[in-house]
Amino acid sequence: MSRYLNKKIQMIAPSGIRKFSEMAAGVPGVISLGVGEPDFITPWHIREEAIYAIEKGRTYYAPNLGLPELRQEICNYYQRRFGCSYDWQRQCLVTVGASEAIDLCMRTMLDPGDEVILLSPCYVAYTPSVQLADGVVRYVNLKEEDHFKLTPEALEAAITPKTKMLFLNFPSNPTGGIMSKEDYAKLVPIIKKHDLVVLSDEIYAELTYDGHFCSLASFKEIKDQVIILNGFSKAYAMTGWRVGYILADSDIIKAMIKIHQYAIMCPSIISQYAAIEAARNGDNDCVIHKESFMARRNYVVNNLNRIGLECHMPQGAFYVFPSIKKTGLSSEDFCEKLLFEAKVAVVPGSAFGESGEGHVRISYAYSIEQLKEALSRIEKFLKQFA
Amino acid sequence: MDDVKLLKILEKDPRISTKDLADILDESENNILEVKNRLEKNKVICGYHTVINWDKTNCDRVQAIIEVSAKTERDKGYDDVAMRIARFPEVKSLYLMSGKNEFMVLIDGKTMREIADFVGQKLAPLEGVMSTVTCFVLKQYKIEGVVIDEERFEDQRQIVTP
Repeated sequence: MSRYLNKKIQMIAPSGIRKFSEMAAGVPGVISLGVGEPDFITPWHIREEAIYAIEKGRTYYAPNLGLPELRQEICNYYQRRFGCSYDWQRQCLVTVGASEAIDLCMRTMLDPGDEVILLSPCYVAYTPSVQLADGVVRYVNLKEEDHFKLTPEALEAAITPKTKMLFLNFPSNPTGGIMSKEDYAKLVPIIKKHDLVVLSDEIYAELTYDGHFCSLASFKEIKDQVIILNGFSKAYAMTGWRVGYILADSDIIKAMIKIHQYAIMCPSIISQYAAIEAARNGDNDCVIHKESFMARRNYVVNNLNRIGLECHMPQGAFYVFPSIKKTGLSSEDFCEKLLFEAKVAVVPGSAFGESGEGHVRISYAYSIEQLKEALSRIEKFLKQFA
Repeated sequence: MDDVKLLKILEKDPRISTKDLADILDESENNILEVKNRLEKNKVICGYHTVINWDKTNCDRVQAIIEVSAKTERDKGYDDVAMRIARFPEVKSLYLMSGKNEFMVLIDGKTMREIADFVGQKLAPLEGVMSTVTCFVLKQYKIEGVVIDEERFEDQRQIVTP
């Protein structure tokens, strides 16, 4: 019945991650290093709070913006952790994960033909969400030698008279790259000069390893132009709860509500009660998760370099993005061969955009034992290319 | 290198290899060995123990927690009497406590009788010990941070897009 489908949806390509995970699921004994979610179970004090909410009969709709208590806690959290202050009554909106937040931003901000600058490689949902909102994607290719940071020269070169929005994601999925305060400071005058709206997907903020996370919104001179997207999934291991949020200027939030209230109404109230507990008492969970990921990052990167898949030490998220160029294979061929010959599933870099070609994304959100086994399989597999 | 990071890993897994420790801490193996030796020598690392659920073996074993009220001595405080208690091999752990009684003593024995004898004949008569309250352990649910018989969660992550 595809003749009934609209043209826009027919143009959207299926996700490269999905293709691989499904292929991997069909291989017995496979170890998958493809999953983009923490391996922790949500901390017990957070789960317990949701159980309590159910016991107390807190099972009604929540306000469209989100529970007032949750919005207060989110704003307190951003102030406490990252030094950015927002008015919980007018500048905060609770969404169904950061995923809804991305879609909401695009649909609220873009007119047909508006250009959005995306960093390549980038998370697979960004391109379709721009296209579905009739925006036009322009990529800035990030380079490995810059540690996948956005340079002012590259940004300036991508801006045209039609550019409306810049979409950032640091720490980055899939590269693990980050932007420091100094890195951002060089972009701020350009953002100001061209009056860009900046979407900053800060979902991996708590997983910044060797330095402190810097939010673009901490630059006062462009704070009004910045829309922060974040959520509870990665920092607190709360992926299944689906709670994200947007922090932005009140005019923008007011406009977003028009879509959010009709399309979503509100995220699950039970999840919102759990999120209140996370934001209020969960700082230590973030630290525990971060330390655990950091240990595994070091383990994986040191081993990858030893067995000949070169990569630098990524500073954030839970991915490494090693180059596979010396095998002479394309990313897809490498991943397929690795899957069927060595029974290890990783995601081809090309799934994240053309400039991801020649790389693979390895998630290290797995136990050291699983990583050890996977790495030893990869090592054997690589011998044929030596 | 951050000693605390090394210690936290060893606390969870004392059997971890030096190579894995080096990779995890992003240090050289030699460096790891050096620091580990120093920590052992300085008694920061006091031992490497195994968490055992003795209930699952056919070995008879009884545990008790004993509160001990004790008298402090001039110039010595509680340290002398504490050392006299600690030297008994039956004593597994010993703490000076705030609250009603001075010491908390964890005892391992084969039978209740054995523990009763120890308290009556060894612990209570010690110089400085005023009185004891013996509480026998009925069942263990969690030892050293490990919940006994807890259902192990397999990786429940689903195949998702994106």
